Amino acid sequence: MRRNLIIGGTLCAVFILAALVSFFWTPYDHSVLDIPNKLQPPNGTHLLGTDHFGRDILSMIMVGARTSIAVALVAVGIGMGLGIPLGLWAAARSGSWLDELIMRGNDLVFAFPFLVIAILITAIFGAGAINAIIAIGIFNIPVFARITRGAALSLWQREFIMAARVAGKSAARISVEHILPNVTNLLIVQGTIQFSLGILAEAGLSYVGLGAQPPLPSWGRMLADAQTLVSISPHMALMPGFAIILTVLGLNLMGDGLRDYLDPRLRVART
Amino acid sequence: MLRYALKRLLSLVISLTVASLVIFFVIEVAPGDPASFMLGINAQPETLAALRAELGLDLSKGQRYLAWVGGLLSGDFGTSYTYRTPVADIIAQRLWVSLPLALYALALSTLIAFPAGIYAASRRGRAGDIGMMGATQLGVAVPNFWFAMMLVLIFAINLRWFAAGGFVGWDRGFWAGLHALTLPAVALALPQAAILARVMRSSLLDVLGEDFMRTARAKGLSARQALWRHGLRNALIPVLTIIGLQFSFLLAGSIIIEQVFYLPGLGRLVFQSISARDLIVVESVVMLLVFSVIVVNFIVDLAYAAVDPRLRLRT
Repeated sequence: MRRNLIIGGTLCAVFILAALVSFFWTPYDHSVLDIPNKLQPPNGTHLLGTDHFGRDILSMIMVGARTSIAVALVAVGIGMGLGIPLGLWAAARSGSWLDELIMRGNDLVFAFPFLVIAILITAIFGAGAINAIIAIGIFNIPVFARITRGAALSLWQREFIMAARVAGKSAARISVEHILPNVTNLLIVQGTIQFSLGILAEAGLSYVGLGAQPPLPSWGRMLADAQTLVSISPHMALMPGFAIILTVLGLNLMGDGLRDYLDPRLRVART
Repeated sequence: MLRYALKRLLSLVISLTVASLVIFFVIEVAPGDPASFMLGINAQPETLAALRAELGLDLSKGQRYLAWVGGLLSGDFGTSYTYRTPVADIIAQRLWVSLPLALYALALSTLIAFPAGIYAASRRGRAGDIGMMGATQLGVAVPNFWFAMMLVLIFAINLRWFAAGGFVGWDRGFWAGLHALTLPAVALALPQAAILARVMRSSLLDVLGEDFMRTARAKGLSARQALWRHGLRNALIPVLTIIGLQFSFLLAGSIIIEQVFYLPGLGRLVFQSISARDLIVVESVVMLLVFSVIVVNFIVDLAYAAVDPRLRLRT
């Protein structure tokens, strides 16, 4: 099924492109207030309408895409950067106290929902986009550690790993040279899923005021602004909502498509 | 079984201890002295010292940690810095909103997901399945707080079936309370139901491929009978895991949804406490949420071991 990959990829490409283009050009300046033109519904001059300060919503969504993508991407990076080595390490020493320690540590982090981590971080440092990144990033670590360890454990039983051990390679070298390349597909698929969860999480955190702070535009804060005006100007809530849904949908479809594409064995099993 | 239960209990105690240490020391490094915050900038040094002694802030960190944990164990969560009432009372009051909301949402999510997942699995590859999976794909992508706003727009503002926010309280009767929690519960439940329906479907599909299902068909059961009598029960294990995970997610997720509906639950309590730097409340609510995640996972693990003896051998 290439359909998922194509639809998902296109949606993702649109939003990444929108984020990139926003660095050079947006229809209007997203931060300029234009009170006479406030709360305009979508029309010819403002394609997606304006908000309660007369700011152009399309421009704000384009710049907001930047925040969402950056937060989710760095958070996945943190999760992969710490989770994958931990998972590989645990698998290489499977059954030892080290494995046990890493996995129990994982369970512990799992017990802290990202919202709770964000609350704790905010209590110390105050709210901000960086804290959202850290909170979502910490939440991602056990996800990647677990999936890496699980996949690596079964690989360690295979003949080609045995051969590498007989050849005298160290556990660390085997992990990097033989195990890691064989779990990459799995990690890419999980990466797109965590990326989409990251976008949802960032929107939720900035909606409740724990994420990006003004003047940094973000989809979640646009929704928070829209809340009291939803009955007068529904477009203020609809447009950022659609942006979130389409991005997340795109990433999830791409994840499904990638899984089928990278692992043909699953194609038969899943249909 | 007893050996396994004891082993799990030990790891439960260790997890809770480590989690409480993490939470206590994270809150401990938070800037700001609660006593000077309570008294304002013009406080006399003597009054400040007296209040610090009263709150136990002059003790060492280790002593305060032990006092806090000892208090938690005996149900004394300390005294709120801003409300000046016992934290346990405030939390209990808020739990009467958050806990029913999470349970209501969990019930709704299960009630929606089971039929949806079973339907999709029984129509595998056909239009009904593809349509249902498309719907769940969309359901997973919708942020619950945005969905909540849309529900308010349609059912509260336009149709006027429900209040747009606030909570009437349980004194007005069970049904009035339930009615007030309906929109928030639906908003919380639908995205979760989408996930659960997908798990239900794939788990059922795995089971349908098993040999014992073929045997059931061979002994003369119709596809439907085989599905209901043998398929469903075997497909439930992964589904129960997700339900267990979802409970804690719903409790935490209700923090965001409460903001949409202005519900006086744990979520609003946490945000008010953060801005008022009432850290003892933040600390206790966070501990309560983490406690519920760890304990629910423990119960789910034990339930499995009781159902499936093979799992007892694994750690």
